[in-house]
Amino acid sequence: MYQYTEFDRQFVRERAEQFRDQLQRFQAGTLGGDEFKPLRLQNGWYIQRHAPMLRVAVPYGELSTAQLRMLARVAREYDQPSHEVFQGAVAAQNKLGDIQLRDGKAIGSRLKTGYAHFTTRQNVQFNWIPLTQAADVMDLLATVGLHGIQTSGNCIRNTTSDALAGVAPDEIADPRPWAELLRQWSTLHPEFAFLPRKFKCAIVGASEDRAATHWHDVGLKLKRNEAGELGFEVLVGGGMGRTPVIASTIRDFLPAEQLLNYLEAVIRVYNRWGRRDNLYKARIKILVKAEGQRYFDEVEAEYRRIVEQDGAPHTITPAELARVQASFVDPVIDFAAPAAAPVSAGEEAEYARWLARNVQAVRNPALRAVTLSFKRLGQSPGDATADQLDAVAVLADAFSAGELRVTHDQNLVLPWVRAELLPDVWREARRLGLAKANVGLLTDMIACPGGDFCDLANARSLPLADAITERYQDLDELEDLGEIDLHISGCINSCGHHHSGHIGILGVDKDGKEWYQVTLGGSDGSALSGAPTPGKVIGPSFAHSEVPDVIEAILDTYVAQRQAGETFLATYQRVGAEPYKAAANAMRVATARTE
Amino acid sequence: MNARRKPESKDMKLLTAQDIATDNAAGVLAVANDTDVQTLDLAGVQRIDLAFPKFADGRAFSQAFELRRRLGFAGVIRATGDVLVDQLVQMQRCGFSEAVLRADQDQAVGEKLLSHYSGFYQGDATDLRPHFVKTA
Repeated sequence: MYQYTEFDRQFVRERAEQFRDQLQRFQAGTLGGDEFKPLRLQNGWYIQRHAPMLRVAVPYGELSTAQLRMLARVAREYDQPSHEVFQGAVAAQNKLGDIQLRDGKAIGSRLKTGYAHFTTRQNVQFNWIPLTQAADVMDLLATVGLHGIQTSGNCIRNTTSDALAGVAPDEIADPRPWAELLRQWSTLHPEFAFLPRKFKCAIVGASEDRAATHWHDVGLKLKRNEAGELGFEVLVGGGMGRTPVIASTIRDFLPAEQLLNYLEAVIRVYNRWGRRDNLYKARIKILVKAEGQRYFDEVEAEYRRIVEQDGAPHTITPAELARVQASFVDPVIDFAAPAAAPVSAGEEAEYARWLARNVQAVRNPALRAVTLSFKRLGQSPGDATADQLDAVAVLADAFSAGELRVTHDQNLVLPWVRAELLPDVWREARRLGLAKANVGLLTDMIACPGGDFCDLANARSLPLADAITERYQDLDELEDLGEIDLHISGCINSCGHHHSGHIGILGVDKDGKEWYQVTLGGSDGSALSGAPTPGKVIGPSFAHSEVPDVIEAILDTYVAQRQAGETFLATYQRVGAEPYKAAANAMRVATARTE
Repeated sequence: MNARRKPESKDMKLLTAQDIATDNAAGVLAVANDTDVQTLDLAGVQRIDLAFPKFADGRAFSQAFELRRRLGFAGVIRATGDVLVDQLVQMQRCGFSEAVLRADQDQAVGEKLLSHYSGFYQGDATDLRPHFVKTA
């Protein structure tokens, strides 16, 4: 992974010092709350429902074990609210009530402390760190090159990428050096810190899109032209929120070394033209929709000025590219060490399932990428305790060259595992509760923190995730249902990507109560899901206790309607929404209408 | 025509409302932040005032950059309006040479913040070259 230079290290330290000064001025009352807000946000600090939240940047999802251990330490020592804050939070959540299930169980909020949460944008969040300790945490993180720079605010956010970058067998070129160059260029860009709205980039280098590029403000896809030269297809104007939009191609082939010059044009025109009168119309997707070709033409004109008048100053030189690429050479793997002992006869079936679901082929045929599933009973999607993080660091040091990836689906990947050691990795992952063979299946769902933590949420996501996880524990049943993207967002901001779920659940607020819309047929743009598209709402919203039954009814409808070998999404596309609507409506109790 | 020159880095003059009370308005152009600066007639203009109606409205950063780099404006570019010490570095790097601080802002804090960072990654209006070119 990228090796920090002294310049990079100094920069992160100076950022932590700057934040400490800002926090002290805020606490002293010389920096007002309104003025402090964008400064803390651009360092990853939110003020949420019960406590502050810190979002730590994991550039393009790549983590070292030293960084993971530091995240564990922060979880253990700092993700600890006062008794008063915690009891206040528990009382507030208890007022929201339980989700009553048909088997007599009731699932409510299960607040926990001392853990980290992996996000869909490959970052890591903490929910309980007191603001008084914020500067200390940033100093600690800086010692391992971690920070919260531009993980929030109306600026260029942390860039995401393919969790299999650098190892994917279908890779045209490794996106990580380009993502790193983009990270450096976008970090504290003086002109683009107060854009009309947040600005998210995703970059991929494989034929499969594992980063939902079409759903980003800017999506970048590495490709080669007929001459064999490397470049990017540049997509612009995608986004979720209340107006889901699929990005348009603004450049079919941009020479790769021009990436930063071109992005400067894309964002400068957005900064000048983007709407600032209405928060909901301020994203670049609205500008691209409204102006279309006129926006594209202005970007191209601005790009020409950057090249011709400024002299294309951010052209990536071969020397700089080589310097950055040198950080991304494959690690040395010890192939001389003896192979792992095979699994016992009694373990074979479970192990085979895990191999089929959670282990992927990579470019090097002697290696595998192993997904550690953070989707399991009793813990919310993407949550990891301090002890789990430490144990995973040991695992990654032993089996993955000390390197991990955070996935868009809120799991961790070990990218450099020797195939001959897989039985050992499995045994250890199973001991840690991270070997559930559900990757890509229904329970490998995406969920935002929702109304248990987030100040913006209209409804809770996590109790629903819990309820559905409890209901679907049988791996045979999950395998029979096949690959399904279930995405849960607690509000229209869509952090849980409900728009792109085959099944999407969206929390909405009516009369201060929790209600949920269900959508079907969304796609993130992966090969499994087809062309990216938002799902369609299947009817009026449901009460929270109805939702688990509605999801079950939808899945039962799929099983009843499917033809041999047909996926959930393919069946939905063939038969249309009606049978699903009918089945879902039959589950209404609180929302039943007399007709 | 304006002479083309590179503005001095870190050379940013911090002003208060009192400092500018007796300013001469001759040769001064006040520009709203939704104006396309490429349409301006800069003949005889010695100072351009760019506005921050709210500090979080960042359009004037792009205007300043374009005035310096595209139009080669070598006179004074002054930040006015909701000007806070925490945005001064950005202003300076985008080509502003003066800032009229909001009344409640501490000039000494502003001076200190202007020299906080020892370097930045990307090029800017004061030096177009990114860090990787400067150190190559």
